[in-house]
Amino acid sequence: MTTIAPLSETAAPILSVNNIEVIYDHVILVLKGVSLTVPKGGITALLGANGAGKTTTLKAISNLLHAERGEVTKGTIVFEDQEVQALSPNQLVRRGCIQVMEGRHCFGHLSIEDNLLSGAFTRRDGAAAIRADLDLVYQYFPRLKVRRASQAGYTSGGEQQMTAIGRALMSRPKMILLDEPSMGLAPQLVEEIFEIVKKLNEEQGVSFLLAEQNTNVALRYAKYGYILESGRIVLDGEAQALRENEDVKEFYLGVGGEGRKSFKDVKHYKRRKRWLA
Amino acid sequence: MEFLNSIFVKPFADMVGAPDFLLQVLWEGLVAGVLYALIALGFVLIYKSSRIFNFAQGIMVVFAALTLVGFHEKGVPALLAVPLTLLVMFILAVAIERAVLRPLVNQPDLILFMATIGITLFLIGFGEIIFGGENKVMITEQLYIPTGSFEFEPFGGFVSIEQKDLTAVIGAVLLVVGLLVFLNRSKMGRAIRALGDDHQAALSVGISLSTIWVLVWFIAGVIALATGIVWGARAGVSFALEVIAFKALPVLMLGGLESVLGAIVGGLAIGVLEKLFEIYWGQPLLGGNTETWFAFVLALVVLLFRPQGLFGEKIIERV
Repeated sequence: MTTIAPLSETAAPILSVNNIEVIYDHVILVLKGVSLTVPKGGITALLGANGAGKTTTLKAISNLLHAERGEVTKGTIVFEDQEVQALSPNQLVRRGCIQVMEGRHCFGHLSIEDNLLSGAFTRRDGAAAIRADLDLVYQYFPRLKVRRASQAGYTSGGEQQMTAIGRALMSRPKMILLDEPSMGLAPQLVEEIFEIVKKLNEEQGVSFLLAEQNTNVALRYAKYGYILESGRIVLDGEAQALRENEDVKEFYLGVGGEGRKSFKDVKHYKRRKRWLA
Repeated sequence: MEFLNSIFVKPFADMVGAPDFLLQVLWEGLVAGVLYALIALGFVLIYKSSRIFNFAQGIMVVFAALTLVGFHEKGVPALLAVPLTLLVMFILAVAIERAVLRPLVNQPDLILFMATIGITLFLIGFGEIIFGGENKVMITEQLYIPTGSFEFEPFGGFVSIEQKDLTAVIGAVLLVVGLLVFLNRSKMGRAIRALGDDHQAALSVGISLSTIWVLVWFIAGVIALATGIVWGARAGVSFALEVIAFKALPVLMLGGLESVLGAIVGGLAIGVLEKLFEIYWGQPLLGGNTETWFAFVLALVVLLFRPQGLFGEKIIERV
């Protein structure tokens, strides 16, 4: 059931995670050997339910784990052909890999514009270049330009998500680790955000690894997907193939082989068969 | 009746009756307030950017002042001693970041608070070994701080303003304005504010904790030196100076731990109010010496009604 064939024959990986294990507080084993690759210029989805380890995987890559007393105890993380698991988030952002955290995490008392500018902290290429990129972010998110003087804490959830993505863009990333961009947003807004992600990917060449619970949307925009369950990758494949996979339909898309089932049947079926019991 | 009169009527009658004396009292209060505000600012900056309540702020004032005087005693010209002292404060900031903050990152706030008590005790001991325990005189004249006084005769009365106090006020205002511009306009200032808002997010955009911490502790050191010079010029330099840091506590309660504006307004308000209370109510009614406790009582009353302080940051919560 698992296809390990590379995404496309030519695309070199920008990021590859090789069999990592993550332990919190020296005792709690959260990731039990996760491997994945993101091709240069690709959008790859990391799917799974609450607590499956999606956020931990992203934080392991961006090395924000350390601030939560977690550590990668096994395996390697390779970004642009160099091992990065010993680097600080600051060094990683400098190299072009930045995370947009779940729940947006804007700087609430700072204006939208200050939020965006704070994303340029690691840059050394001068005020003019930063200014130009600010205009670029405003092009992608015209709504932010309107609200640029507002305190971020008082803006809507969608605007905050845009601010968080825009702030990451200000660091001139090659790759963005996007954690649950759809969380708490209206379906229409989710669609809008994903459209922008797609545009950024195509026009700016930014690679994305996105962790999502909203499997449906994620698999429509991603080219490749991994499904994570209890700290292990249980299935991966081309987005198209995953969308058509019976198990994925049953567990994550809410439609079974013979159309929608009653909730009772679904539960029964789930109890009978999961990938990992 | 007589008693109520002495509380509610007589003090105000005195104020109106001798406006020149009132002006003098207000000025004295303002000068003290400027110093309280400066020390409180040091607290606020460190608290905002690292959630550490820095108990060592007071001893840093003493340490900075002693270092300055110490350099001068060793024969270094006064104007060269100032940048040298700043260098020492910078080295101190780096040392504190390396030896104390970095190993303790992610520990509970209380542990970091205890660590700053440790820093305080260390600086007291270390300072005494190097500089000795005896009182010193601030090198006011060598720093070209004028020591004369301006005298005015408003309302046919007499007001005297010491030039070193005036210098202190002007210096403090410049320092605060510079700090505000730095916080609001510069990249590093923005990073300090961002760190105060959301630690994790600041890390995620690549803001380097250690850089910001060194910077913030160095700024606190600069403020400490400024406070040390001014206070030292008024009262001499000794380890007893450390207690003025406690005067910053009610300022923080009044102004809020996170507000730069609160520290300034709170400091000035406490300086002026405690002086007024001492002169017009304390001395005639309570036998004086109210300045040691008045600020704390005032802060307690404020806390009853506004637990976050007058200018505490509003917690933005979206519903």
